Amino acid sequence: MTETAAWWSLLAAPALLLAGAVLAVAGDALLAARAAGRPATVRTALRPLLEVPRLLAAQPRRLPAADRLLWRLGVVTVPVAAVLSALVIPFGGTAVADLPVGVVWFNAMEVLTWAGLWLAGWGPNAAFSLIGGYRFVAQGLAYELPLMFALLSAATAAESLRVGDIAQAQHGLWFAVWMPLAFAVYLAGVLAFSFLGPFRYPAGEDVAAGVLGETSGVDRLLLEAGRWLWLTSGAAMAVPLFLGGGAGPGLPGWAWSTLKTLAVLAVLVWVLRRMPVVRADRYVEFAWVVLVPLTLVQVLVPALVVLGR
Amino acid sequence: MTFELVCVLAAGLFSVGLFGALSQQSIVMIMMGIELMIGGVIVAAAAFWHFLAPSGADGQVVIVAAVVAMAVEMAMGFAVTTAIYRARQVDMTDMAEDLKG
Amino acid sequence: MESVLLAVLGVLALAGGVLVFRCDSMARATFALLLSLCCVGGVVALLGLPYLGVVTVLMMIMEMVVMAVFMVAYMMNPAGLMPMSMLHNRRGSLAVGAGVFAALVIAVFLVPWPARRGGPPPDTTVQVGRALMGGQMLTMIVLGFVLLATMVGATVLATRRGRYDRFGDALDRRTPRDPVGGGVGR
Repeated sequence: MTETAAWWSLLAAPALLLAGAVLAVAGDALLAARAAGRPATVRTALRPLLEVPRLLAAQPRRLPAADRLLWRLGVVTVPVAAVLSALVIPFGGTAVADLPVGVVWFNAMEVLTWAGLWLAGWGPNAAFSLIGGYRFVAQGLAYELPLMFALLSAATAAESLRVGDIAQAQHGLWFAVWMPLAFAVYLAGVLAFSFLGPFRYPAGEDVAAGVLGETSGVDRLLLEAGRWLWLTSGAAMAVPLFLGGGAGPGLPGWAWSTLKTLAVLAVLVWVLRRMPVVRADRYVEFAWVVLVPLTLVQVLVPALVVLGR
Repeated sequence: MTFELVCVLAAGLFSVGLFGALSQQSIVMIMMGIELMIGGVIVAAAAFWHFLAPSGADGQVVIVAAVVAMAVEMAMGFAVTTAIYRARQVDMTDMAEDLKG
Repeated sequence: MESVLLAVLGVLALAGGVLVFRCDSMARATFALLLSLCCVGGVVALLGLPYLGVVTVLMMIMEMVVMAVFMVAYMMNPAGLMPMSMLHNRRGSLAVGAGVFAALVIAVFLVPWPARRGGPPPDTTVQVGRALMGGQMLTMIVLGFVLLATMVGATVLATRRGRYDRFGDALDRRTPRDPVGGGVGR
């Protein structure tokens, strides 16, 4: 049974999430160095972190007729939503708040990024960043339904929306094993809502970094941090949903949760360097014509299994 | 007493939405007013469920119906706006009163 | 604690609702509405319906983002850089709104509400699920049909091109002629 942790976990959960995000960034930098033929040393891994003090000290860019309030609100929303989504994820046997509707909570927080990124695109009063915001909404309309069905298939198989119950329900057989399609669609969704790798279309190079383009200083830092925090949160959520949570031989629950999260994170970081950018208009058609029917059938499988149980 | 106050909140949301739906000219703004009215209905249904009849699911079903009504209203509203805008570049109700008797 | 939170959410919901019609910027109006409706979801969750509350928040965020897109597309002054009034019959609407509010409030305090019957079930999500798949099945079926009709109707209304545009006058084109290619190689 997943229990609710003490009050200090409210501080520990964001710290853990941030640590995971830093590891992901470092891993990404290492892979980038290897792909470019540079030596992969500790220094290369830590180089992206040097951006943090630089961005904190940087002079913020001012734009004419920017909607400062909405811009700031959108920029802050993305990392905050990532942290809030992590509150329901059990770490071993404890979660900060094991809500009875944890899966829906995670989904709602993820949709909050839509609002955040659209506002971050709208705020600066600049064409390319608004295009970036629109691109994320288009991409969202594509990835959201398959992702929802993937979450639903895990919840259906466990007969509960509580994330702790879903992790418990997989004793022996992980959902990833007998629902591989839902797992794959979920991982694609994770890349999509952190707009990284093949889904970095809203921040694409062809529109001068899109939603990120006009941000500078702390705003830029928050948005970039939001991306990687979302990637980490998504990877951490995959563990209770599809990989049996903290269950495993020998080690305590928290160790297994950490190991599995890091493994999923490593796979995601590896994948996001391997794939070309997918245009949202193409992904919309693929998602609605191929993925939605497939994931619907995928939800039907656990429903039938539960009925026959 | 809490029940009455929550009902007043619902009434307030409904009335503000009604004012908006009646006074705005733009179709999109009218839809915002209607959304607000349905928001009031949702609050009232939740209050009735919680304070009067929590053992039955009727209040919850009303909320589900209200949320569906919101989605339907949005989809049809934007479809009509798109159609009328495409036909004559209009997004105001006062310019689309051909059926006015 | 709970009633304080309820009061805060209620005041925020009302303030957001009023702001919707006070903002010049349409983007701000849309997100004021989002604030208001998210507080509505919070009130629903606080009143013991966590599932419906969170689902309301989820749906409202998606709806409002889509609404923001359409609003920028159709309104003449989405950023509110030039304040302008787009009201008609302001006084009459105000009178109707205030009158309805007064009537509702009087009704709320005058109606002899029945006493609370029974207690909440251990899991309210199960309660609504069982109701929709059992006693209220007819409601669910009607809602399903309404949503289907909406999807078809809205698409038909919003699209300019029919199948003759896509497949030719004799409907004999193998691949449709679309302005945008799409992702599955058609």
